[in-house]
Amino acid sequence: MSRPENPTLSDYRRREQSVTLSQLDEPLAAGEDGSETSEELLTLNFGPHHPATHGVLRLLVTLQGEVVRDIKPIIGYVHTGIEKTAEDKAYWKVIPVVERMDYLAYYFNAMAYCSAVEKLVEVEVPPRAQYLRVIHLELNRIASHLIWLGTSALDLGAVSIFLYCLRERELILDLFEMSSGQRMHTRYFQVGGVMEDIPRGFERKVREFLKLMPERADEYGAILNSNEIVLQRLRGTCPLDAETLLGLGVTGPLLRAAGNPWDLRKADPYCSYEHFDFKIPVGTVGDNYDRFAVRLAEIYESVKIVEQALDGLPEGPHITEDRKVALPPRHELATSMEALIHHFKLVTEGFRVPPGEVYAPIESPRGELACYVRSDGSSKPARVHMRDPSFVNLQAVSHMVKGSYIADMIATVAMLDPILGGIDR
Amino acid sequence: MPDATGLELLAAELGDAARETVYFREQATIEVDPTRVREVLGALRGKGYSFLASVHGVDYYPEEPRLGVIYELLDMARVDRVKVKVRVTVEEPEVDSVTPEWPTADHQEREIYDMFGVVFRGHPDLRRILMPEDYEGHPQRRDFPVGGEPVIFTRDERKWLEEPSEPA
Repeated sequence: MSRPENPTLSDYRRREQSVTLSQLDEPLAAGEDGSETSEELLTLNFGPHHPATHGVLRLLVTLQGEVVRDIKPIIGYVHTGIEKTAEDKAYWKVIPVVERMDYLAYYFNAMAYCSAVEKLVEVEVPPRAQYLRVIHLELNRIASHLIWLGTSALDLGAVSIFLYCLRERELILDLFEMSSGQRMHTRYFQVGGVMEDIPRGFERKVREFLKLMPERADEYGAILNSNEIVLQRLRGTCPLDAETLLGLGVTGPLLRAAGNPWDLRKADPYCSYEHFDFKIPVGTVGDNYDRFAVRLAEIYESVKIVEQALDGLPEGPHITEDRKVALPPRHELATSMEALIHHFKLVTEGFRVPPGEVYAPIESPRGELACYVRSDGSSKPARVHMRDPSFVNLQAVSHMVKGSYIADMIATVAMLDPILGGIDR
Repeated sequence: MPDATGLELLAAELGDAARETVYFREQATIEVDPTRVREVLGALRGKGYSFLASVHGVDYYPEEPRLGVIYELLDMARVDRVKVKVRVTVEEPEVDSVTPEWPTADHQEREIYDMFGVVFRGHPDLRRILMPEDYEGHPQRRDFPVGGEPVIFTRDERKWLEEPSEPA
């Protein structure tokens, strides 16, 4: 089926349309030296719409038989220009936009951006706000790992675990709904603190969840660790050593699976993480099984952190008292002229930020998530750049899967845990 | 972060490749000669900054030279970060690629090329990464307008092909 050529098409589109399937009609011939035709290289287009790519990731895979010889990721299908949009909004209105980058770790995106702006305006975050942030960040980490576990197990052929993981994630989303009114993209973190204090009953609900979660994580481990198929597809497949991973800029569970215990929460504590007692799970050889085991173990550690944060939750304000960056409480608007002026200034223009550039890194479920913000002194950021861990980690996939079977590639992409919203931004 | 004195010492060791140092909000930045960025990053790697955490592109419009590339280096043993910045003009937006020594810069340099039009000499595969291959312009530049992108729905296909400049 051929279309009439359109003169307005660019070279790229023309090349794209020139691809036909006519070669398939020709009979297969043996190679010149009499070798089997199966020895020839085959380029397979995988994605962008494929259930095992965890989003709209497209992989150009060069196969020799069933062995992957080369792999090229092609991205950009969900590029929405979030960084450009951010330059056109006041600082506090950027938060909901950046939250939508890595759509499974929305609290982390907001956290990276807010801490960058807080560094620029030099605002202190009250201890209670820091603890509330930690509670939500770690709950979000569990939710993100649950989606990863469910979808990855689905790729490996285990269907029921997906339903179990979503069941527990639902409980976390209920908690988010309770504290902020939204289940996803909550916009709960603000510059200088959090939007609102937690409601009554929230602590009890969180504690119920924390009691339940380790039991359920035990169950996931019991199901998957006794599943021969899952083990065979994970153990010893596609390992990569820590040295190569560091060269490729890979951080997070992938690096820890290879035995390097680098975790910003421990190495360079932010947001009161130094107050909590938790362990960093590490792997030994860095194969797919280690990647799986490290993330599963992180769920237990996050539960421990949230427990301690609830126990030690300090009293005090949930957002900075600095009225230049944070909205005044609602009741003040009726009594104080000054509060009204601050409210008006913040809502219309936003706050101005001293000129300069900062880089604020945090540990997201996928590695070092950092926000670079440049201010030119106005009330809108001059540049917001997210160092998204998925974007950087994706470069490791070709190093991991070269020379292994295509089925192992599916498992590796699953264990890589790429989030295309974060990659394409 | 090295403190303000440490930053000066570090910059002094780089010799005349370092042009300026900025110490802002406890973060250290060294601005260097764009032609010698590979040499500088190599020297800093020798001092322990062996992890390239990120590469950012920036447009400093209306300041000149407009375009900036910032390398975030990290010393994992001392948990110490330093930024290395180069500035190039829009007319000659060329910087040496650091991919041979730092493979992580591959995607990030492609992103900066895509978004800002900075050409990285010696990059193995310098193509657009996020925007379509046939896209014109570098959208993250400050003078690139927001909006006006034609949205190509199937129902408007005819119309769009006949008047390509008109947003459907």
